[in-house]
Amino acid sequence: MLLQVSDLSVEFTTDRGVVRAVDGIGFGVEAGRTLGIVGESGSGKSVTSLAVMGLHRSARVEGSIKLDGRELTGLPEKELSTLRGRRMAMIFQDPLSSLHPYYTVGEQIAEHHRVHFRSSRSVARRRAIDMLGEVGVPEPARRAGEYPHQFSGGMRQRAMIAMALACEPDLLIADEPTTALDVTVQAQILELIARLQQDRGLGVVMITHDLGVVARVAHEVLVMYGGRAAEQASVDALFTASAHPYTRGLLDSLPRLDDPDDAPLRAIAGSPPSLLAPAAGCAFAPRCAARDAEAVGPELRERCDTVRPAFVPLSERSEGSLDHRAACHLTAPLAQEAVR
Amino acid sequence: MTAPAAAPVEAQTGAPLLSVRDLTMTFPGKRTRSGRKSPGIKAVDGVSFDLGAGETLGLVGESGCGKSTTGRMIVRLLEPTSGSVSFDGADITHLKPSAMRPHRKHLQMVFQDPHSSLNPRQTVARIIADPLLVQGKSVAQARARAAELMELVGLIPEHIDRYPHEFSGGQAQRIGIARSLATDPRLVVADEPVSALDVSVQAQVVNLMERLRRELGLAYVFIAHDLSVVKRVCDRVAVMYLGRIVEIGDKHEVYDNPAHPYTKALLSAVPLPDPAAERARERITLLGDPPSPASPPPGCTFHPRCPRAQDVCRTERPLLRIGMPGERREVACHFPY
Repeated sequence: MLLQVSDLSVEFTTDRGVVRAVDGIGFGVEAGRTLGIVGESGSGKSVTSLAVMGLHRSARVEGSIKLDGRELTGLPEKELSTLRGRRMAMIFQDPLSSLHPYYTVGEQIAEHHRVHFRSSRSVARRRAIDMLGEVGVPEPARRAGEYPHQFSGGMRQRAMIAMALACEPDLLIADEPTTALDVTVQAQILELIARLQQDRGLGVVMITHDLGVVARVAHEVLVMYGGRAAEQASVDALFTASAHPYTRGLLDSLPRLDDPDDAPLRAIAGSPPSLLAPAAGCAFAPRCAARDAEAVGPELRERCDTVRPAFVPLSERSEGSLDHRAACHLTAPLAQEAVR
Repeated sequence: MTAPAAAPVEAQTGAPLLSVRDLTMTFPGKRTRSGRKSPGIKAVDGVSFDLGAGETLGLVGESGCGKSTTGRMIVRLLEPTSGSVSFDGADITHLKPSAMRPHRKHLQMVFQDPHSSLNPRQTVARIIADPLLVQGKSVAQARARAAELMELVGLIPEHIDRYPHEFSGGQAQRIGIARSLATDPRLVVADEPVSALDVSVQAQVVNLMERLRRELGLAYVFIAHDLSVVKRVCDRVAVMYLGRIVEIGDKHEVYDNPAHPYTKALLSAVPLPDPAAERARERITLLGDPPSPASPPPGCTFHPRCPRAQDVCRTERPLLRIGMPGERREVACHFPY
């Protein structure tokens, strides 16, 4: 396993109290595979990715993050920074805010190479131009001398990808990389990431709120809600046999292009939870239609409200690198029983 | 350069509620260092369409295609450079604010970012009731109506004296919708009304807007980049590219059998939430980015990215014309279908 995260929690101290933004998350990513992490704002998906990169300065990070078997939590900043960019790299939603406006795009890509490989200016510059060409920037030698504001949104994201991959990392974390882009440009960038992944055997973590993007690129999926894991599965199992009412609800509530039915969308009631007041039981319980169903007895319903469901496997058989798991009292009552 | 106003096919019921003709918006260029003025940017270039009462038209396209500018010109937030907007038979393009007021009542707008479009220092009562006060209602009447509207859009009327920050994004958008409905409008221009909302909340607001349309007989101009949402909400759809409508028609015509190569590419780029369908799908990936409206390509503005472009596309601008006999759809392409 390239990346193995277990029991990860991230806490921030704010004026209004301690916020547990990520609460006991675990997942794995293998080389050459893409893990999609899906969630809404406040689900903890971005906080998780920043924790993996060791980019939380003021937060308390607990749990284990292993890259190729090496423990990253607790590692001194100096050692982390030799891994960051070299072994693992990250791209963000807004490339303009991640690129320095005063340096040319070529200089910024070359800098990574010079820092990690102690290469000469000319070698690093050639490397930067090669990378820009590889990610599909036309006339890379000329564009390398331009500044970020001279690039279009799609080209900037390509430049970010070139920068992230300049030192040939093994793991790429992409945090909503196409959310700010137009849909035709999004298609180009997703294809680019898939091609680079195939060429280099990259492990990719694709963080997104868009289930369409997940269906297109992910092999495995982790669904997060309120800082916790709701469900994980292979991409096919998640879309055809989702076990968590939140996942089901999300899929049902999406308007779909290929959906001939014009009946009202089955919306999920309410809004995502506040992390300042975490639920005692299941974080999704206040919005859960399955919990409110008549067949659910008062006893079980109370358990939804008061006991936090464990994140348990749904079957013995495991598919892909992640087995199908869900944190729900209703869909996995027997499994929950066994855990107790 | 502007195309003649191709008269769109009339809506089924007599005179249309909204009639947009040859609408053009040129933003003036900046003064350069040498003191010369750079040429202006044509954000919208000869847009024409009709919308009947109770009908919904989706305006879709990528950033910079002019869809929001078109919406803003319709509600008179922007003064068009040329062209006309007629509402309910009256030309409102150049009306003074006082003359606009009686029409304003029937012509409202919902914005993308619910929090930035609500005054943080006003209570919900004030926000929703303000349009009514402008229209001459008493404070008590306006407040009663505001409470009614809150109930209509699924908010709790007891929260009438709260401030916008006390509401979630979805609830704040409901306030924006309630405000737009205060004066019993006949047309609401909604500019990306759900795209700032969480996925699980989007469906609530989409359902709300559909219900309001049914119950109140509203017409919408629904501006969005999300083609799936537009398909759900709209009867007709207009696809814009670089300031022009490249295809407009009944949503089933356009979605089931897109005629313009850009519409095709746009539809095929939308990721489907279905891994099996995604794998089976043949995608048309366009090359390059949308060109800048500051220097539009000659001929058909889509030709540099078009897989079907021929010589004529590079020189001659295609006009909107009926796609196939028997269709209401119009398409601006030399080689459609």
